[in-house]
Amino acid sequence: MRILPCGDRAVLLDCADAAEARRWHAALREHGATLGATTVLLRGRPADLRSLVGATEPADLTDVVGREVEVPVVYDGPDLDAVARHCGLEPDEVVRRHVASRWTVAFAGFAPGFAYLSGGDPRLEVPRLERPRPRVEAGSVGLAGRFSGVYPRPSPGGWRLIGRTDAPLWDLARDDPALLHPGDLVRFVEVAR
Amino acid sequence: MSLRVLEPGALSLVQDLGRPGLGDLGVGPSGAFDRRALREANHLVGNPEGAAIVEALGGGLALVATAAHVVAVTGAAGPLTVDGTPVNSGRVLALRRGQVLRLGVPELGLRWTVAVGGGITVPPVLGSRSTDTLAALGPAPLSSGAELRVGVPADGVSLEAYPAALASGEVTVRVVLGPRDDWFTPAAVADLLSSPWRVDPVSDRIGVRLDGPALERARDGELESEPVLRGSIQVTTSGRPVVLGPDHPVTGGYPVIGVVVDPDTDLLAQVRPGDVVRFRRHRA
Repeated sequence: MRILPCGDRAVLLDCADAAEARRWHAALREHGATLGATTVLLRGRPADLRSLVGATEPADLTDVVGREVEVPVVYDGPDLDAVARHCGLEPDEVVRRHVASRWTVAFAGFAPGFAYLSGGDPRLEVPRLERPRPRVEAGSVGLAGRFSGVYPRPSPGGWRLIGRTDAPLWDLARDDPALLHPGDLVRFVEVAR
Repeated sequence: MSLRVLEPGALSLVQDLGRPGLGDLGVGPSGAFDRRALREANHLVGNPEGAAIVEALGGGLALVATAAHVVAVTGAAGPLTVDGTPVNSGRVLALRRGQVLRLGVPELGLRWTVAVGGGITVPPVLGSRSTDTLAALGPAPLSSGAELRVGVPADGVSLEAYPAALASGEVTVRVVLGPRDDWFTPAAVADLLSSPWRVDPVSDRIGVRLDGPALERARDGELESEPVLRGSIQVTTSGRPVVLGPDHPVTGGYPVIGVVVDPDTDLLAQVRPGDVVRFRRHRA
């Protein structure tokens, strides 16, 4: 792990991989750490933060067990066939691998309630759309890079859409508006349209 | 006890000091772009420094007082009137019931800040009254007829004045290089620090886009998405920098060549299309 400069009010912990980032994030969560794919942002005076990090051990994640969340999906997304062609698979096989994968919430970002899910089948890695869609409906389930994710609300977006869910990803009426948090385990379940 | 919107202007938003610390929910900090102006205006009308204000882009906002209120307008500089009579920005103003405060087109800067004694008390969302234009959180942009409820004023106003401290046409902000300056050639880093960067009209609270020489990468490939903050200078695939504003996304996939020091990010609230931004190296 390297500590990189990030202005006068933060530092960025640049970790070897996602697992190391999650250990640092878990250890520093109470200090308002924000998790990225392989990085952790800490806000505060850089000199103080360097001392804090020097005095901190990354957490042992065996103690930190995320919740398990099931997300029902109708696999009829507009990009399902294109994803299958790109991956050299039949559409059914894309669905089977998406359902069989052990997804973990790696980090949040892009929009309130949007979770980057990692741990998918490596065959499902696809590039983003060349031209993002101006509008993607809430509940759309997508793939981009090695991540999967669900759009919590309508927004522009460049992920390749393979299905849709009515799981409530983001609801301000709940005490905890986000359905998914870093470390949670997500299983997609195929349901009939 | 309210201010009613007669005319909303180009884009007028309720803002406070934002909702920090929710990055793991995918929620960014948002909040006033020109926080200095927010603090000054709140100070003048006797509010706590983080009370909610109106941030008005450009001119055209007109508010009518439904009761006696004290207000203060800071940030940009330009013509202001109460019932058609010119008044000064940067100092406390008294509005009687029925009087109309009207903001003209700024002569300097871009965003006006309007504070009212007692603060604007629209219901908070996730602990803040700020409108996050990217995340669509918080109160809707002001529209004609909207009623801005006002809280109970604290005792006393300030008789100080805050003249707008704005440069015309050019600002210099301090920047700490990194975290990803090593993704760029030394020539690109030198270009960043020596070029006049022209403000692109497609700038908003999410980011101030700048035009100038393309900044050349020293390495290819995609950066894994990483957390960014207000003031981060992302360099897009076109090689042009975007300085992130208060409504920036929580994470971004473009390498950040440098980060504008926090107090200087307020200056970027006031740059106009065509203005020049210069970056001066700062060692944190």
